[in-house]
Amino acid sequence: MVSFRLTIKSSESPSSYEIEEPMYKIVSAQFLAENIKKIEIEAPRIAKKRKAGQFVMIRVGQTGERVPLTIAGSDPEKGTITIIVQGMGKSTRELNRKEAGDTINDIVGPLGAPSHIENFGTAVSIGGGVGAAIAYPTAVALKEAGNYVITINGARTKDLVILENEMSAVSDEAYITTDDGSYGFHGFVTQKLQELIDSGKKIDYVLAIGPIPMMKAIAEVTRPYNIQTVVSLNPIMVDGTGMCGGCRVTVNNEIKFACVDGPEFDAHQVDFKNLTDRNKIYLPEEKQSAEAYVHQCNLQKQV
Amino acid sequence: MEQQSITTKERLAIPRQVMPAQEPDARSKNFREVNLGYTPELAQKEALRCIQCKDPACIKGCPVNIKIDQFIKMIADGNFLGAAKKIKEDSVLPAVCGRVCPQEDQCEKVCVLTKKRESVAIGNLERFAADYERESGNIELPAVQASTGKKVAIIGSGPAGLSCANDLAQLGHSVTVFEALHELGGVLMYGIPEFRLPKTIVQTEIEGMKKLGITFVPNAVAGRSVTVDELLDEEGFDAVFIGVGAGLPWFMGIPGENLVGVYSANEFLTRVNLMKSYDFPESDTPVFNCQGKNVAVFGGGNTAMDAVRTAKRLGAEHAYIVYRRSEAEMPARREEVHHAKEEGVEFLMLMNPLEFVGNDQQWLTGAKCLKMELGEPDDSGRRRPVPIKDSEFILPIDMAVISIGNGSNPLIKQTTPDINVSKRDTIVVDINTMATSKENVYAGGDIVTGGATVILAMGAGRTAAAAIHEKLMGTIAS
Repeated sequence: MVSFRLTIKSSESPSSYEIEEPMYKIVSAQFLAENIKKIEIEAPRIAKKRKAGQFVMIRVGQTGERVPLTIAGSDPEKGTITIIVQGMGKSTRELNRKEAGDTINDIVGPLGAPSHIENFGTAVSIGGGVGAAIAYPTAVALKEAGNYVITINGARTKDLVILENEMSAVSDEAYITTDDGSYGFHGFVTQKLQELIDSGKKIDYVLAIGPIPMMKAIAEVTRPYNIQTVVSLNPIMVDGTGMCGGCRVTVNNEIKFACVDGPEFDAHQVDFKNLTDRNKIYLPEEKQSAEAYVHQCNLQKQV
Repeated sequence: MEQQSITTKERLAIPRQVMPAQEPDARSKNFREVNLGYTPELAQKEALRCIQCKDPACIKGCPVNIKIDQFIKMIADGNFLGAAKKIKEDSVLPAVCGRVCPQEDQCEKVCVLTKKRESVAIGNLERFAADYERESGNIELPAVQASTGKKVAIIGSGPAGLSCANDLAQLGHSVTVFEALHELGGVLMYGIPEFRLPKTIVQTEIEGMKKLGITFVPNAVAGRSVTVDELLDEEGFDAVFIGVGAGLPWFMGIPGENLVGVYSANEFLTRVNLMKSYDFPESDTPVFNCQGKNVAVFGGGNTAMDAVRTAKRLGAEHAYIVYRRSEAEMPARREEVHHAKEEGVEFLMLMNPLEFVGNDQQWLTGAKCLKMELGEPDDSGRRRPVPIKDSEFILPIDMAVISIGNGSNPLIKQTTPDINVSKRDTIVVDINTMATSKENVYAGGDIVTGGATVILAMGAGRTAAAAIHEKLMGTIAS
């Protein structure tokens, strides 16, 4: 466990060391687009075990909350994992201010069930916004399993498109969509998917990851054609190991825990309204924290 | 030497010394500890009540057989540090157990004094000795035997894991404890509230164990970060002890349980205790803003009492316990029920929730409940609650906490299929050794028993440690 700072306690028993503070080092960090940062963290155990679709819980500082973030990639040799973070609330903004050489307090994983990967035939991996960071590793796994892989990478505008080269390298067909038409297909990822279906292409599997309205819309596009469709859900979590049940979602009218039963579920059976509503519980508190953090950052800039 | 001049009659004349506590009005608004602990004077006076039985029943009533008569005599003699040391011969966490053990069902229940009067306050005295030692700064580390060269992995840093780790370290084994969360202590940190068990006490106990040479690895989830097989086959551990607790909260399976504002007790307590959301925004993790709201906790155990008293402290206008049987059947400790009532918690007994109702934003607005009455005794010997016809009504609440127990976390079962589990997914062990069906793998605590107590988990950890020691050293001998 090289991620721990160790101090040898006594010379007669070198095996007895104590962990002063487990801290995890950031190896590299760069912005991919405005407010979206790629961060590589030293975490050898996680790097060795992680599979596509799994996530980590991160606690940035001593008073930080535990935030679930999907693993975008890993380097088992180097012992690092990569996450791609969009600054939204306090914790993600704090994380996005970190640079190479900085540390974070805690990281634990890999959590959640890995993506179910097999040779479906033709598989479409759709990432909306920062969701592309999660759609990408699954696209890699789908390709490795022998699928004909189509990727649709959607963003609001050209400057927010991430992982274009990576996606294109792993895809048999790669599409970019922008809401404002500044790059690639002018429109939403759903429209591009509909276009592909309408063109008569036989699609066997769709994975969609992004904002809840996008995932819900994709589910409605594929439902009439009975195309197997999977979404990766992002409910609020605390421990991420099944202990608290805060991340429960309604799937096929049953309660499921996203952290142990998911995070990927059959899109056609997910109650998206329930997820949307449950995710709003702490909106006032999240706003308060984020505003206080931005204020504090601005003060620091002035000094 | 005062106690030698005191007659049994004089001892029996001393009333049980009352535990000093914060006033209910004050404490229901803060998270500081409710019980304040005996002063040395109170402790000595209470200790004098012990008549030093020849064959003390209390020791047999204690799951870890603390030499109760001996440590109480030491307190009576004023040898407080000696008393603490004596307790530690048998218990790893006396300051914790002195606070959270159900003594009234164990050692104190069988105290001979109970025949005519109140039992000796054994728990209060245990707590006093442990606190005295800690506050004096004279915590003596137990002796550690010469290194055996054997490595044992402990999964989970709760009461079972800590007691197992402590015993094995003292026997000279190299011990590494893996903890899933970022803080060590398991349920002692995330479950039991600060006002019942201050977190610094748990942390001090764990610091002591680090000094014994035990290695702690936080942020490691068994079954995900590392599997039992990897620990044995790749990381060179000779044995593994699983003490991961009961990790999956049960819900009631009634409509509306996914409404916004419905929590499991685990989530509510974890947010407040582990993530310190009572300190929001100083601490980043929020929790439902209970200020002026109506909160109902469904369940009647100690966790339910912890949750409802927490809601009260967070400013709830009404904090209810909703329980389907009567108060006599509630599994919670009487002291907890008593404290909760003093703090203004309202007990709604014989009431069965049927459904949660909410507004169009799916925020909880109430619980539809059915009133019950007691019928004939059921399999558990408790009188079965029977619905009263047409008694449905809606209890207006803004937040609900479900506290009806926990199932087993599936991760170990999924990743180590050769460990036998019961129908309820608890791990099956030989109760004499805590050995599982898998060679060199042992288990204890709530993952074996289902939700139980801190002291039972500690006892299981000790039993496993003794068996692991025997197995590992036996291997060497052969």
